[in-house]
Parts: sequence; C-alpha cells; structure tokens
Amino acid sequence: MSKTIVHLGLDPAKISGWDVAQPRMGFFTDTSLCIGCKACEVACKEWNEIPEDGLDWLGISYDNTGSLGASSWRHVAFIEQAVPGGRTDTPSSASALDGSDLRWLMSSDVCKHCTEAGCLDVCPTGSLFRTEFGTVVVQDDICNGCGYCVAACPFGVIERRTGSHGTKNVGLAQKCTLCYDRLVSGMTPACAQACPTESIQFGNLSELRSRARRRVEKLQLDGNRAARLYGDDPNDGIGGAGAMFLLLDQPEVYGLPPNPVVATRELGQMWKQAGIAALTFLIGAAAASIER
Amino acid sequence: MAECHPVGFQWVTEAKKRGAKIIHIDPRFTRTSALADQHVSIRAGSDIALLGGIINYIIENEKYFEEYVLEYTNASTIIQSDFKDTEDIDGLFSGYNPELGAYDNESWGYRGIEEAAAAGARELSVNDQEHQISMHGGQGAAHKIGSQGKSLSDISIHSDRTLRDPMCVFQILRRHYSRYTPEMVERTTGIPQGAFLEICRAVTENSGKDRTTSWVYSVGWTHHSVGVQYIRGAAIIQLLLGNIGRPGGGILALRGHASIQGSTDIPTLYDILPGYLPMPSASMTAGLKGYLESLMAAKQKGFWANLDSYMVSFLKSYWGDAANPENDYCFSYLPKINGDHGTYRTVMDMMDGKVEGYMIFGENPAVGSANARMQRLALSKLKWLVVRDFNLIESATFWKDSPEIATTELETSDIATEVFFFPAASQAEKDGSFTQTQRMLQWHHKAVDPPGDCRSELHFFYQLGLKIKELLKDSKNPRDYPIRDLTWDYPTTKNGEPVAEAVLKEINGSHLAGEKKGKLLASYTEMKPDGSTSGGCWIYTGVFADGINHAAKRKPGQDQSWVAPDWGWVWPANRRILYNRASADPDGKPWSERKAYIWWDEAQAKWTGHDVPDFEPSKAPWYRPPDDAVGPDALAGNDPFIMQADGKGWLFAPAGIKDGPLPTHYEPQESPVTNALYAQQKNPARQVFKRSDNLSNPSAPAEGYEVYPYVFTTYRLTEHHTAGGMSRFLPYLSELQPEFFCEVSPELAAERNLRPGGWATIVTARTAIEARVLVTRRIKPLRIDGKIIHQIGLPYHWGVGNQALVAGDSANDLFGLTLDPNVHIQESKVSSCDIQPGRRPTGPELLNLVASYRRRAGITQDTGNELATNYEADK
Ligand code: SF4
Repeated sequence: MSKTIVHLGLDPAKISGWDVAQPRMGFFTDTSLCIGCKACEVACKEWNEIPEDGLDWLGISYDNTGSLGASSWRHVAFIEQAVPGGRTDTPSSASALDGSDLRWLMSSDVCKHCTEAGCLDVCPTGSLFRTEFGTVVVQDDICNGCGYCVAACPFGVIERRTGSHGTKNVGLAQKCTLCYDRLVSGMTPACAQACPTESIQFGNLSELRSRARRRVEKLQLDGNRAARLYGDDPNDGIGGAGAMFLLLDQPEVYGLPPNPVVATRELGQMWKQAGIAALTFLIGAAAASIER
Repeated sequence: MAECHPVGFQWVTEAKKRGAKIIHIDPRFTRTSALADQHVSIRAGSDIALLGGIINYIIENEKYFEEYVLEYTNASTIIQSDFKDTEDIDGLFSGYNPELGAYDNESWGYRGIEEAAAAGARELSVNDQEHQISMHGGQGAAHKIGSQGKSLSDISIHSDRTLRDPMCVFQILRRHYSRYTPEMVERTTGIPQGAFLEICRAVTENSGKDRTTSWVYSVGWTHHSVGVQYIRGAAIIQLLLGNIGRPGGGILALRGHASIQGSTDIPTLYDILPGYLPMPSASMTAGLKGYLESLMAAKQKGFWANLDSYMVSFLKSYWGDAANPENDYCFSYLPKINGDHGTYRTVMDMMDGKVEGYMIFGENPAVGSANARMQRLALSKLKWLVVRDFNLIESATFWKDSPEIATTELETSDIATEVFFFPAASQAEKDGSFTQTQRMLQWHHKAVDPPGDCRSELHFFYQLGLKIKELLKDSKNPRDYPIRDLTWDYPTTKNGEPVAEAVLKEINGSHLAGEKKGKLLASYTEMKPDGSTSGGCWIYTGVFADGINHAAKRKPGQDQSWVAPDWGWVWPANRRILYNRASADPDGKPWSERKAYIWWDEAQAKWTGHDVPDFEPSKAPWYRPPDDAVGPDALAGNDPFIMQADGKGWLFAPAGIKDGPLPTHYEPQESPVTNALYAQQKNPARQVFKRSDNLSNPSAPAEGYEVYPYVFTTYRLTEHHTAGGMSRFLPYLSELQPEFFCEVSPELAAERNLRPGGWATIVTARTAIEARVLVTRRIKPLRIDGKIIHQIGLPYHWGVGNQALVAGDSANDLFGLTLDPNVHIQESKVSSCDIQPGRRPTGPELLNLVASYRRRAGITQDTGNELATNYEADK
C-alpha cells in the first residue's frame, strides 16, 4: 500500500491521477441558516437507499439520529444550551428582554471529504478512491469490510454497516459519497437540493470558500463575534476539507474535533500501533480456540 | 413556522438576510425561535391579552397610520347609542341572552340602521345563521350588513371624522382596550413588560408609508374557543398600522395541509357551496328567487350584486341541460341544511346512534381530532365505514387495536361496524391542483402510476358516481333526480381515471350559448344569470382562460416581475394581494416609492401597477357614488375594501361575528388562571356540550381546579405530518421522531420528579396518557398574576395501533369538545392537566385513575360549562 503524497493546497483529484479539467466540488454548510428540518437526512437516505437506522428515541433534544454512521450520512445536531456569558447577539439566541439566555444551535454534519483522507490512505483494497471531483467515495463492490478506514477517520464518519442478514451492504464501510452518481450527471447532491434554507450549499470548492468567507465576515460585523469557518484552511491537519462549515461557536460545541489531524501523517507510528493491535488480536483468537 | 412549514420558512430566512426582524411568539422555544431575532414565551390561550395590549399601545402612543385609519377603516363610524362594551358590563357586550348563551347583535350596528328600519327598509336582523356567506369558510362571516351581505344602501352612515365622538368606533376601541396595559399584559400572558414593549416598538416602527409588517400564524391560532377573535385581533392591529392591501403586509395564515384553502373554496364544509355561496336551508321555500333575495338587497352595494350569475352558472355546471329557467335551474336539487352538521356534531350524533355510515378521506380522526376517544367510540357505533388513505391508519383499525379495546370498554366481537379500506394514490401518482394559503392554484403532474389498487380521489368519486347513477337510472323517485340528472361524463384514461384538467375546465366554466358557445370563460364577470354560462366555482373562473391551464405556470422568478404573475394562478383574477387599492393613498398615489404597488394613472385614467388592481379599473379616486347607486357603483373611489358594503376595513365588526364586535380576553375552557380583566371568565358565547363523554376540568377560580394545575398545548413537529398517516408508516420519518414525548421545564421536572428520558402520565377529565419525558429549557415556567404557571408541550402525531412503524398515546385524547361559536372549531391548543412520573395504568385500571381524579375535582356534566359567569352568580 502506498501513501498518497499530498501537497498542501493542491488539487487532490489531479494528484490522484485524474487528468480532467474538473474543479474540485464540495459542500459549504452554513449552520446559521439551518432550521433543523432534517430534510437533508431524509433526502440522502431516499437517494442512496440507506436502510432505517433504528427507531430509538434518544431524548437528546430533537436529535434521534445521534451521530454520523454507516446508515446516517447526514446528521443534524441539536444543541440546546445557555448562551455563553449571557450573550444574545447570535442569530440563534433569544432576547435578553425575554429573560431568556437560551440558544438552540442546529447543524447538519457530513463527511468532510478531506484533502488528506485517512480512510482512503489505509484502504487495502482500493475500494475507497478519489473521484474526479476531488471527493472520497467507497466502491461497495470492492470493499471487503476490513474496517481499517473506520479507525483512520479523524471525525468518526465512516463505519461498517451493521444489521440483519440481507440488509443492503451489510458489513461494508459506508459513508457519504457526495452523491457521486448525481455529480457525474451534473446534478446537485440530494441533501443540498432538499435543504429549504440554503444552509447546505454545493458547488465549486474555491467559490464556496470565498462565499463562506464573505458570509462569516458579515456575521461578525453584525455582532456574531464567535462565528467562524471550519474545514476551510488548506493548512489544517487534513489539508482542508471538501465539506466546510460555518459555525457560530467553537467546533467542540457541535461535537466536532477542534484540530483534526489525518492519522496517516504519522503513518509509521500508526503501523506500529496496528502491529500491536494485531498481535493482541491473535492472542485473543488463540485463547478463544483453546476454550472450544 | 420553521417547525411546520420549513419550505415556506425559506422566505423568512431570505427576508432575514435582507434585514427583516423576526419576532416569534409561542409558548415554547421552537426551531422557529432558534432563527428569530426575538422569541417571546406566552401562556397558551392568552393571545388576545397580548394583541389588545398592542392595540392599546398603538392608540395611546398615537402610532396608528392616521390617514389610512381615517379614510380606509370604519374608525369614524358612529355605533348605535345603546351599544354597551365589555367595560360597561364586566366582560359582556350588550345583547347577551343568558338563556341561549348567544348575542343579539342589534345594538352593535352602525347608527342610522334604526332610522332605516323605521323608514321601512329591509330589516337588518341578527342571528340568521343560515344566510351567511364568508370569504374563508364556514359560518359567522358578516351578513346582512357589510361583508357580502345585505347592503348598507338604505342607511346613511353617521361618522365623525375628528374621531372624538364617544360612540365612534375609534373611541369605543380606545376604551375597550384601555386596561390592556403593559402591566396587564404581563399579568395575563406572562410576557415581561420589557419584551412586550420591544414587540410594540418593533411592529410600530416597521409600519407606515415606507414600511410594512406582516403577521404570520399557523392554524393552531384558530384552535381556541375564541379562535376567530384571535385573527380579528391581528386584523385590527394591521388596519391601525395600515398593513392591509399593501406589499409586505397582511395576515398570513399557514394552513395544515397542501390544499386546505382549496377545500374551503370548493368546500368540504357543510354550510357552503363552491365559491362561498351559502348552502340553502330547509326553511327556504321560495326557490332560487327566494334564496337570492335573502342574500341580496334590492340595492346591493359592492361585488356581491352579481350573486345570481354565480349561482345560476354553478347550477348549470351541475345539471347541464336539465337545468333551465322553468325548473329554477334545478335549484330544488341542492341539499338543504337545517342546523349544525359540522364534524363534531356528527360524531356526537354517531355516539347517539343517529349515523349509519361514514367516509374518512385523508384524515385520521381516531388520532387527530379533539376528544379522539369519543371519535373512536363513535366509529364503533356505525354500520359501515369507508377509509381512503395510504395506510391502514388507526381510524381503520380501531375495532381491533384502539385503547378502548385495552380498557375493555370495547370488544372486537361486539363491534358491528363494517370497515371498507380503499388504498389511495399519492400526489405524485395523479394530476391535480393544490390551492395554497395565498389562494394560489398550483398544478401537479402525475410522475408514476399508482401501485396496485391505489387510485386517486377523482377516480374514486367518479367511478362511485357512475355506479350510483347506474343504480338509479330508472328511478321514478324524485329524490333520485338530482343524481339521475347530474352531468357526469368526464373523459378518462387508463383504469377509468378521469382527466383532471377536464374537471378544472368545468370549474372554470364556459359559454353555453351565443357566438362564444363552447369557449371557456375568461373571467367571472362573463357569467350570466340566464343560463347561458356555466361555472363550478365563480372565484376560480379564469384559471383556464384561453384554454390554458394557468395553474400549471412555472416561470422562474428571475424571468418575470417581482410579483411573479406567471407562477401558478391566484383567485380571483390572478390577483396576488387582495384589497390592493389600499396600497395607494386616497388620491390614488403610492403611499411611498418603496411600497408602490397599485396606483391611479392620470394619463390613461385607470388603475395600474405591479399587480391586478382589486378595484374597478377606471373608477377614479375622486368618484363619489350618487345616492341611488347599487352594486359596485355604490362604492366610492377611495373605498378599498370592495367586498364590504361600506367599502371600509372593519376595526369594529357591527355584524357577522357571534361573540362580540371586538376581541376580548377570555380564559380558555380549562384554565388554572382567573381572568384578570373581567369577572366573565370564559367566552360567554362558546359552544359547550354537557355530556358524560365530554366532561371538563374545573377552571380557576372554581373549586377543584388545582387537581389539574398545569397548562398544556399541542403541536406538530417537522418530522411528522398531523395524525401520522403520512409519516408514522415511513421508516425515514419515523426514525427521526420515533416516540411520543412531553416537553417540560427543568423546574416542573423537579416539582413532579419527572426523570429525563423516563415516562410521565398526563391526566385530564377525559383520560390519561403516557409520554417519554424531554426536559428542556425551551419550556419556561411563567409568572402569571404573581403565581408560577407551568406549561407542558405535547406533539400530537402518535396513536395507538398495530399498523404503523411507531405508535404511542395520542395527545388529542386529552381534549374535550368546546367550540368557537362562529366556525365550530375546537379548542385544542390549550387545556389544563396534571402530570405525574411513571407510566399510566393499563386495562380497566386506567379508567379508575381518571375517575379518581374526577372525584377529587368534583366533576359533573355541568362543570366548566356555565356560559355567563355573572349571570350564574346572580342566580
Ligand atoms: S435540510 Fe438544511 S435546514 Fe434542514 S436540517 Fe438539513 S441543513 Fe438544516
């Protein structure tokens, strides 16, 4: 297995050998516009024929999806909390006059389609690949379900699908494809198409990036001093994301890692860890067979 | 709005991006509040106190739009001298009849009426409920005087343009709301004075010549025993601020289904015919002529003068060649009503064994209607029931899995109801139109054939009609003639599916004679009273003008003007804003450049602008009608409200509303709060039903109210649709909100030991239900009159049954039936209750729990049902 060498700020599709004049495409999710309707979650499931992910009531605000996973490729987080320091100037805050200092942040999370993608780096079968759009996609018919990618994602996005026998793609690694099949037909990904408030915007990544910067500047001028972009910086630990976000507070508030670093940057270190893990596994297997 | 109308909410986010300020008033902090600039938590059921407070603020601080109020509203009109306000009789208006629990509204009329009556003019009587027409469905709209009713022609209206006469509308309004001060608003609604004044400032600062404010509500606002008066309250504010008939103004009703507006225009209501023509009553014996005379004065003012053309064209569309002048155009074939035949009345009749068969279409009353328990019990008393739906909803399976089977009140083997289930096609599987809240018809095209036996409504009704006609074709019984003679010949396609556009064409109407014979009508002004035109619904005429289905127009916004006339089709006449004459000043000039919409073009001597003028095109602003004018000619060039006989917007409603000319704060049927404004606790004209299956909790200050100390409200979540028939059967929606839960504040959770994620039991006089507990700071306890009042939030999507993917108790089981007197809508957005930790008992034990509460509260059939608090006390 060879590690893809990525030069910061370069086009990952080109580096992966695509020889087409196709700009890198991605998402800009502006959480300041999200109304938590979950149309993105449903549209994604409808288009990608993803199985139902459990009829469990979680009792966490209005979130019964819980997290991104093999059968939830968009996840809308609902964060109910007191406005830190009683600030009332974010769009999601109630008025101080109301005696309320509550805010309810909603944000639709998705695979980041990293420039340096850990999942892709560790995939032994080549099932995970870089598309001409610069996105990262699993090929279901190649994936052998080894699960290396699961550990390699710094965001915990990719997962192996669980479920009863007969469930579509059960056992295989599954995640957002940025609707690769729609993109090749010139269509917008299902979530962005369904989003009523344009919280999810799809397009040419460099255009999205400048749009995102204008938007965050405006919000900051309007007094949302905590507004920031996430995943827009090609110098960050993943070489910049193909799906960036406008957040109204620290990433941790939304359950996002503040400084994600692709694990394969420390590849040597990682293989050492993996070796130890494999050894442990062998001992475990031996012990299990003795018990038989 | 973000919760229930996320797609429409995109325009709110768009407006916000452009600088609009969004204020959200709701008992709970919702997804809408999260995006709003300000959320204001209000006690459920206290909205008129807030609206009245705003009216008081506007008047006392002189923030009203003076010229608009003076010229376009009835502010200066003098009311009869014997009118008494609620300020005079502690919560009642003059004319209250304690025996009937109803008002005689004679004293609310314009001064001059008594003189006209004395001069022998047509009597302007009251309570003639069978003869009303309403623009928006149901009974209770203004009649006899004003809105589409009898003319004011014989009356000289007295007015005082200085607005100082103590009996002019403006002064009555001022006195009526004088005690709705910021302190009183806080005491009653729980809204702190600071937040209240912030609303007042925002609304008034953003209204005037250069700016407009709109009020947006969802239909929960009408689900109160004073529901119509809530909307009237908003209407008064908007008239005072000049926000009606102007772009960016108005009161926008967000409706619960895609075509609810359509189902009042072409009604599923019992008391109106298409186009708001009143249903004839059994007491009318004088045929078509008598019907028309009862609705139109000889000198009718305004646009209802052509009612005869609309009615005859309607009859021609039903009975075609069989309808002719000799037989009164088959007028006698129409069904006649003789009282309240509304849905709740019908269910009570079912309970009492008076109804044999029932058809349920796209509704799930076993879950979605108030006192849903009564609904299910009533279904068990039928001989037969037809349910047309996508899924086997609880209303179709009550006989084997309803909660009453569990309590052993019902035994499957004892239920004789034969249930017929017809699977329905979805909107993507059929052609047709939706009429949304802007009165806009939007066509939808079939994408795929419906699967299996699923069929459209059109198919069902058409084929059923053919079968019945076949059965009756040789009948000599006159009662069968209306069906025998019915025109029923739509072209069909595959599987006998009628061509939907053929139906729309029939609704549009066509010329039956003359040189245009066979051509579609272009406008309702082409309709004739002589049988030479047909048309199924006069207000929809023009939707198929020139043979084009205008409802199917979808020109993108960027390719047309900002008013977007080529996006769908809006009745009447593709007019986007009603009463838009009010967007210009009395001289016909726009109030401001920024808000220019319709104006008088001097050079061309006609009205013009961005929209279709809602005014006679060539009537100059300075036109004044001669004394003997009738019809539209009787309205002056500065009378924008052309459907009212006085051409004015009504701050004060002299007629047409059964529970008072001005909105007044009354407590809900069930409330732990004593009315701080009047001795009269509740709406004295509300409809109550004293029945053992419809008991009420006691209200403060009556004894026993503390047994049900909390307020609860119900609502929808984005993830589900109403009673769940369209969502609880789908995995992708069910997984998003899989279980029934109650929303409570941390303070109430502590008070009642409710564990987050655990269970709670909620009890009213009707029943007890259980829900998972969601403790959230989005629900806040309120301080009402010095006392802490807790509110509980209950989404109402779940029902008990075995067919859906997710099931649960129904919040609507908790409500009883108490109705608004105007439109018979149920109070289902507020009641009182108790809440306890843990799950409810099952089986007969559940009944025992409910009974023990009733005993503790001392509940009888009379509890909570006294109408006039004062009269009762006097006895
Ligand atoms: S569809 Fe858009 S608004 Fe709705 S939850 Fe997803 S991102 Fe938010």
